[in-house]
Amino acid sequence: MSVLVLAEAHDGHLLTDLLARTLSAVAPLGDADVLVTGGNSAGAAEEAAKLAGVSKVLLADDPSFAHGLAEPLAALIRSLAGDYTHIAAGATAFSRNALPRAAMLLEAMVLSDVTAIKDAETFERPVYAGNAIQTVRSADPIKIFTVRTAGFSPVGAGGPAPVTSISVPPDPGLSEWVEDRTITSERPDLTSAKIVVSGGRGLGSAENFHQITALADKLDAAVGASRAAVDAGYAPNDWQVGQTGKIVAPDLYIAVGISGAIQHLAGMKDSRIIVAINKDEDAPIFQVADYGLVGDLFRILPELTEKI
Amino acid sequence: MKILVPVKRVVDYNVRVRVRPDGSGVDLNHVKMSMNPFDEIALEEAVRLREKGIATEIVAVSIGVPQAKDTLRTALAMGADRAILVKSGDDVSQDLEPLSVARILAKVVATEKPELVIAGKQAIDNDMNATGQMLAALLGWGQGTFASAVRIDEGSALVTREIDGGLQTIRLKLPAVVTTDLRLNEPRYVALPAIMKAKKKPLEELALADLGVDTRPHLTVVSATEPRQRQAGVKIQSVDELLSKLKNEAGVI
Ligand SMILES: Cc1cc2nc3c(=O)[nH]c(=O)nc-3n(C[C@H](O)[C@H](O)[C@H](O)COP(=O)(O)OP(=O)(O)OC[C@H]3O[C@@H](n4cnc5c(N)ncnc54)[C@H](O)[C@@H]3O)c2cc1C
Ligand SMILES: Nc1ncnc2c1ncn2[C@@H]1O[C@H](COP(=O)(O)O)[C@@H](O)[C@H]1O
Repeated sequence: MSVLVLAEAHDGHLLTDLLARTLSAVAPLGDADVLVTGGNSAGAAEEAAKLAGVSKVLLADDPSFAHGLAEPLAALIRSLAGDYTHIAAGATAFSRNALPRAAMLLEAMVLSDVTAIKDAETFERPVYAGNAIQTVRSADPIKIFTVRTAGFSPVGAGGPAPVTSISVPPDPGLSEWVEDRTITSERPDLTSAKIVVSGGRGLGSAENFHQITALADKLDAAVGASRAAVDAGYAPNDWQVGQTGKIVAPDLYIAVGISGAIQHLAGMKDSRIIVAINKDEDAPIFQVADYGLVGDLFRILPELTEKI
Repeated sequence: MKILVPVKRVVDYNVRVRVRPDGSGVDLNHVKMSMNPFDEIALEEAVRLREKGIATEIVAVSIGVPQAKDTLRTALAMGADRAILVKSGDDVSQDLEPLSVARILAKVVATEKPELVIAGKQAIDNDMNATGQMLAALLGWGQGTFASAVRIDEGSALVTREIDGGLQTIRLKLPAVVTTDLRLNEPRYVALPAIMKAKKKPLEELALADLGVDTRPHLTVVSATEPRQRQAGVKIQSVDELLSKLKNEAGVI
């Protein structure tokens, strides 16, 4: 068996926690080679080499990879695939964009959001917004999959493994980066934070949503949101927790003014402890909450933030 | 410009599906089916592009059981000009893999020659999030996934994408594949006259066997199980009580 893990780096910074969790998920398959891509990623490659379970790091340092465009990345993965039986990445917007494309180039079927590796051919993944867990066997010579990292703890330090620069295939030139409008926040990352505080439509406005971030800051927590809160512009798109957003599994998830639609539950019901604050005592969120507080969030939130 | 919109018939998003007791899959009998919500968004975007005078024709295509014709009628009512059903079988519990769907769509693209394919980012049944990317790979086209804005100018598509950390804008050469995210638009309400008019629009049927596509599955479902169920906990009366529970009982703060 030979495993390649696609790492993610932005502006030369490795997403170390994501990689460490992905390595932990694929550990049953043996040690892995790690592919680091980017425009200026030598430092990121050195960082990846220091993680346990890494045999070597392949560094593709080329401007065509600076913005995660799918076409050059998929072409690169295809050029390397012959050496591997498994190609994996943590499930993020970056990997969900490129891996299915790479899989098609290899005439393989991609497996999205794997939650467990049973054996070299057999994987578990949720379907129907997490209302069923499928065990699927892949007949492809190269198995290509993304991993839901929230359920795996990161590997520790190891190595350092050797870093090799690799040559890259020509950019297919089908797309061109124009701009990123991203915010780097000092807050803990949503998918790996120990505590997540999420707000929903009940917050009523972007201004009121600051009460969620204030509580999160007090707890050193990440901030999440329901789709309704994102659609209404209270919170940025990448805070959306749920079936079609981020999947989280913190020790503590606090849902405020969120009704608990199936699509939202799909993203947070594997949290260890769930707290729900909602004025409607019949809200479905209470069916999954360990602790439910029925009442007006505008009365409860300030008191909670103050007393913590 | 011609736009192709693949639409999938899926379990309605309000339905909570159950796993069959024998573990062979989920029970789809007597369950409400609808158009995949991301595909409604795709169709709405195509209609808006036609209203701006950019799109000239919108073709909706669905691959599935004969009942998928209902989904296509909805697509026609929403504004598609024509519809194509690729009939893949009669068994409602059988789902073609995105790899096969992409191959079939590539055949349809070869005859229809659209300049843009707008698909959903994810089918809410298999949650795979793969077909658009696979189709783009197969055609050798560029891809703009998870779109929250699409602008066509000077022979290219400017696509704003929802990514981790915020938004990214890329420029795609045409033809290209775009997949929709939730914030791209809000699909319009379909009024009765549109539904009546849709009955007269052309709906062509193709048999999968006639397309000569390899649809042998690469994945086999070994079993399906219910996820671990959570029990509802306790209702707390005050903030003080909550904090004490979180500190002393749960040990999470
Ligand atoms: C294709 C598709 C994908 C989707 N993906 C996702 C997803 O990934 N994530 C997601 O979250 N949703 C998703 N949804 C949307 C989902 O179905 C729900 O519409 C959404 O989760 C509702 O958000 P909400 O709970 O904030 O709003 P609502 O359902 O409107 O609930 C608001 C809650 O706030 C409470 N409230 C109001 N005022 C107060 C107050 N003063 N004090 C206390 N409580 C108050 C109300 O009692 C209510 O329970 C998706 C939907 C579709 C169709
Ligand atoms: N059977 C199908 N018929 C038509 N379109 C489909 C079908 N399956 C998938 N698609 C399209 O591909 C998108 C993504 O689906 P998936 O990759 O299965 O998550 C959907 O939103 C549809 O636009």
